[in-house]
Amino acid sequence: MCMNFCTPLAAVVLDLAGVDYLILALYFAFVLGIGWVLRKHQKTSTDFFESGRSLPAWICALGFIGANLGAQEVMGMAASGAKYGIATSHFYWVGAIPAMVFVGIFMMPFYYGSKARSVPEYLKLRFDEKTRTFNALSFAFMTVFSSGISMFALAKLLNAVLSWNFDACILISGLVVLIYIYSGGLTSAIYNEVLQFFLIVLGFLPLVLLGLKDIGGWDGLMKNLDSYSVAKGMPGAWSHSWKYMGDAHANPIGIEWFGLIAGLGFVLSFGYWCTDFLVIQRAMAAKNMNSARRTPLIAAIPKMLFPALVILPGMLAIALYQKGGSAHIALPIAPDGTPDYNMVVPALLSKYFPHGMLGIGLTALMASFMSGMAGNVTAFNTVWTYDLYQRWFKPDASDAHLIKVGRATTVVGLLISAACAYAAANFNNIMDMLQLVFGFVNAPLFAIFLLGMFWRRATGHGAFFGLLIGTITAVLFQGCTLPQGETASILKGGWLSVQHTFVSSMAQNFWMAIFAFTGCFAGTLFISLATAPNRTDAELRGLVYSLTEKVKDHHETPWYARPATLGIIVLALTLGLNVIFW
Amino acid sequence: MNQLDVRLPMGLLFLLLGLILVGYGLAADPVIYAEHSLGQNVNVRWGAIFSLFGIAMLILAARAKKSTPQD
Repeated sequence: MCMNFCTPLAAVVLDLAGVDYLILALYFAFVLGIGWVLRKHQKTSTDFFESGRSLPAWICALGFIGANLGAQEVMGMAASGAKYGIATSHFYWVGAIPAMVFVGIFMMPFYYGSKARSVPEYLKLRFDEKTRTFNALSFAFMTVFSSGISMFALAKLLNAVLSWNFDACILISGLVVLIYIYSGGLTSAIYNEVLQFFLIVLGFLPLVLLGLKDIGGWDGLMKNLDSYSVAKGMPGAWSHSWKYMGDAHANPIGIEWFGLIAGLGFVLSFGYWCTDFLVIQRAMAAKNMNSARRTPLIAAIPKMLFPALVILPGMLAIALYQKGGSAHIALPIAPDGTPDYNMVVPALLSKYFPHGMLGIGLTALMASFMSGMAGNVTAFNTVWTYDLYQRWFKPDASDAHLIKVGRATTVVGLLISAACAYAAANFNNIMDMLQLVFGFVNAPLFAIFLLGMFWRRATGHGAFFGLLIGTITAVLFQGCTLPQGETASILKGGWLSVQHTFVSSMAQNFWMAIFAFTGCFAGTLFISLATAPNRTDAELRGLVYSLTEKVKDHHETPWYARPATLGIIVLALTLGLNVIFW
Repeated sequence: MNQLDVRLPMGLLFLLLGLILVGYGLAADPVIYAEHSLGQNVNVRWGAIFSLFGIAMLILAARAKKSTPQD
């Protein structure tokens, strides 16, 4: 089977030597070996799906961040670095860190303390079965779809830059992930995420250092970015994070500060980091409550420094492009005639890495794709097995049976991912459409968790119908708004009637989230007040803030291991970064 | 659950990768560094860093094994 992209579109071609193949082979041997060694420890379903709740905080933290360090992060953020400059750091310092601190300090006691095995199961304990099933179904679809997108992107990239066979790339990447999850369960996935984390950090750091040296250091980078931003009609916008956020027309993201903070920094960020089981599952694998709470807080420290690793390559590419001459970087041209910023990382690899380091860089890139796939597949097999299969098909399933189902689900999940990858290759619009639908469903989600955890009067009917109201609000909002320069369509919006035009599709997305959250919050609030409580106070103990005993740190816990202290340090450092790069 | 210490495979992998990089860096034609990495022998430099990181991980894993009471 040969897709229309089998002809390489990219000018970037990576030519591998024997040493690069040796490095790749060694990495795959270790990845598979970890799964093989861990297979004998998978005796119960808790071992397979929850790592036996036995892992130390630092491993969970690196798994927490590694599961999120997929291809979208590494290649997508480099592309955003080129398109938006330093302002891309908002996706970290506004759109991640505050939410990671919040989930560690305030929400983890409910997730971990309730003994729920998944986020949908928490929703069942707190609200009811229908809210759980709604969340589990949408989450399950979303994870296999995301895994398929990673698989597709990896195969497409390898096909383009190495001329490897597309089908073989799908098969091999799927098989590797399948083998190590099938044998070692969640522990294997987390261990490999830790491995992948260090490989990505140590593999990409020299790329950034060489790029910086080439462009003349930080001053050279800023000088060239300033020239570029003048040419783009937004002087200074590529070298500041906040300075030009007062007006949506003055910065390349096309959003003003309020939409950024409320849409990205609150609704979307808290909706992802505080409710998405993909990341929460890593914290729930921790050996005790203190470790579970510290997981996102420890993860926040490398996360706040990641812009240097994933955004800087994009900024360097633009600066090198601007500088020209011997420093010039060749970026392929996308179908719309603009440089294909998604190829920034492969282009830099090709430019700066000789054989040897090229093998490391390519391995790091493949590791990022596979960690994204594995994270989604482990979350999918847990939610399917516990929240859908055990609940609706076999409530009395034995522990051994659940492990079998979990393993079978891993196989099925990867087969569906492969089907999604081929669908993405053939019908790009269907994938965009699915992404849009998931956006509608996810945007309001944080509202019901917020009300559920901090307002004891919130009811099951309130949460379920609140979610529906939030989703409908998102659909209507999208149908009535349009980004500038776009034609009204189902995908772009404005298909009902164009009531407002946004400077960018990003701004439309952020404001859609704000409206969806507000709709869900108000809907849950009013419907809860209009319906009878479906849980007694005794049932809500451990699930709601006012009815749960506050988690106190042991008096022997050192200051640096106390979640509240860690949270304050993380927030102070993040504030400092925002000020430095203002 | 007495599981594998992740620092053990990680240390081994990075040590091996580091040794491969250093070995290749010393053996390869220096012209590849002029063409790619601004004249720097990045293979030797980063190979050494990978090796040191691998050794550090192995030492930490060994120390953890020593301090954990055996069944």
